[in-house]
Amino acid sequence: MIKTKVVSEPPLNFWERIYLPEVFRGLWITSKHFFRNFFLHLAHAFGLLRHLKAGVTIEYPEQTYILPKRSRTRHRLTHRPDGSPRCVACMMCETVCPARCIAIVAEEHPDPNIEKKPKSFDIDLGKCVFCGFCVEACPEDAIRMDTKIVNTAAYSRPAMKLDLNELLNPTSSS
Amino acid sequence: MPTLKIDEKEVTVPPGTTLIRAAKELGIEIPYYCWHPGLSVAGNCRMCLVEVDKMPKPQISCHIQCQDGMVVRTQSETVKKLREHVLEFLLVNHPLDCPVCDQAGECGLQDYYMKHGLYDSRLNENKVKKGQKAVPIGPTVMLDNERCILCSRCVRFTDEISKSHEFGIFNRGDHSEIGLYPGEELNNKYSGNVVDICPVGALTDRDFRFKCRVWYLKKTESICPGCARGCNITIETSHDRPTGVENERVMRLKPRFNDEVNDWWICDSGRYGYHSIDQNRILTPLVREGTAAAKESNWKDALKQACVSFQNLMAQNKEQIAILLSPMMTNEEIYLAHKLFVETLQLSRVLLLGVHPNGDQDDLLIRSDKHPNRMGAEWLGLIEGKEVTQKLVSEIEKGLIQGLFLFGQDIVSQFQSERLNGALNQMRLSLFIGSNYNQTVSSARMILPGASYAEKDGTFTNFEGRVQRIRKALFPLGESRSELEIIQSFAAQLGLDLPSQTSEDIFLELAGSVPKFRGMTYDTIGHEGVRPA
Repeated sequence: MIKTKVVSEPPLNFWERIYLPEVFRGLWITSKHFFRNFFLHLAHAFGLLRHLKAGVTIEYPEQTYILPKRSRTRHRLTHRPDGSPRCVACMMCETVCPARCIAIVAEEHPDPNIEKKPKSFDIDLGKCVFCGFCVEACPEDAIRMDTKIVNTAAYSRPAMKLDLNELLNPTSSS
Repeated sequence: MPTLKIDEKEVTVPPGTTLIRAAKELGIEIPYYCWHPGLSVAGNCRMCLVEVDKMPKPQISCHIQCQDGMVVRTQSETVKKLREHVLEFLLVNHPLDCPVCDQAGECGLQDYYMKHGLYDSRLNENKVKKGQKAVPIGPTVMLDNERCILCSRCVRFTDEISKSHEFGIFNRGDHSEIGLYPGEELNNKYSGNVVDICPVGALTDRDFRFKCRVWYLKKTESICPGCARGCNITIETSHDRPTGVENERVMRLKPRFNDEVNDWWICDSGRYGYHSIDQNRILTPLVREGTAAAKESNWKDALKQACVSFQNLMAQNKEQIAILLSPMMTNEEIYLAHKLFVETLQLSRVLLLGVHPNGDQDDLLIRSDKHPNRMGAEWLGLIEGKEVTQKLVSEIEKGLIQGLFLFGQDIVSQFQSERLNGALNQMRLSLFIGSNYNQTVSSARMILPGASYAEKDGTFTNFEGRVQRIRKALFPLGESRSELEIIQSFAAQLGLDLPSQTSEDIFLELAGSVPKFRGMTYDTIGHEGVRPA
């Protein structure tokens, strides 16, 4: 049995039903913020009331937000000391991926103690839901989502695909 | 007949039955590594320990025989603890390189750890590293001694089944390892089976290596078309994702247990014979004018053209038309072709052609007849006569046959005849229906692409008369179509009233009219096949 919880919305009272008072209440809230920020920004310009924070708008892309340390951003593949990918193409990330955006093809590694490496490693950012399961699943710490690149926009769907080279050397212009 | 109690359930078994088999009969699962129902008992993995009343110590259930009045416990706390500790012991030197191991996903160690282990490792010592990783020990098998748990199944397989005696266990204690005898190479006709019976990733398949993870495979039960034995197999295919081999859909074949046919085994040529499903395939209908290269055509035009020349020949002289069916075809296809060409069109020259080479036969599985359905064809009234075929071939060479239908048989390379090549080319209608390119394709006037055995439903009858199912694992490649469909559309083009039936419908009709198949349906054939009552 699925447990259901019935949520009842409280009925509108008289003042809410005659509509106009609510309109003015909304206008009041908007103007309150406007005048507060207007006044505080002015005051800040004169070096006053600095301890009170005014509303902020980040003017992207000239300004960028400083991301929290653990935020999940575009993927990258980590390197071995010799520069080759750490990935052993075990396909745990591909298996766990709920969006099925990862496609790996494995091949033989010349060193039998490593055995396996990716021949190709493609991530389709158009499908990726940035859940971070791939990072969790990786037994080799080979995939991370810490590039701090959030700009994944592109002009076409194929341009949203990342290949092995791109993942090993992440650049912000995707 | 001893009667005993396993986990409070009573069971009566024939004398000499081992406990593990009795438990299996009751549906009680006892874990094991070294025991294999097809091999002798080694009793060295200790995974199958159970408690038996009045015995001072736990006993290995794979070796101990059932006795009257025995009381066995397989789920007690002691047994559970034992399994956990045995598993911990087996994993002491195991490298846990599951990410790079092809066995991962079908590995006995992984499965039993999740079922019976789930302990926290207490091992602080370094693992003993044995030998090198990834050593090719033959054309088919890769050995990784680190992963081996020394169950000795492969040793017993090469001693008892393939009787080629390549494997042995060398050194002592925690240095003991699996290896080949000096100068040996694992190169026998059944070498691939050691990969199947290896419960861990110590022996892996070189052909399958890194192509695909096993959990991506879709499995379809089928029958090996490699010889008249008709070994039961599973076709394992990968869809919707890139694999190590481009444009290959079948990843591997695995034998499927059938104690009436192949037990647990399959020969290497059957196991690795699947590449023809994806490679060298005819993808579109082809039409050839004279000796020029064949031109791609489409089904509509090709069928129309074939039909027109066929009708012209029919109107002239029926005797100049020959239909060569092959024992590679399923029972349904042979039946339908027979129905069309013999019963409806009244052709007299409908023959079976499938050259039966001598030799290459052993007393385990391999049969010298490399056709999966000769018996079925014989039951349907098509018996191959050497003189008749030889006569026909010489008539073709002389140009007396002007219309020839070939169902998949590479007649040119089978008879090694250059004149046949020319004759096929000169003929007014030489129609080849088949899945793969061969020498006959390069001289026939018209080629219609047929489906491979993995792309259609049907039945084969093996040399012992066991009717077994093949099942559609894939869609026909390119524009190819199943032979049933081709025969039906050809009949429709001729304006004949041949109802469009599925292979199951045709089989039911066939079972109703051919005495040997009486009473059979796809359901009664099931997974293991049936023999006539």
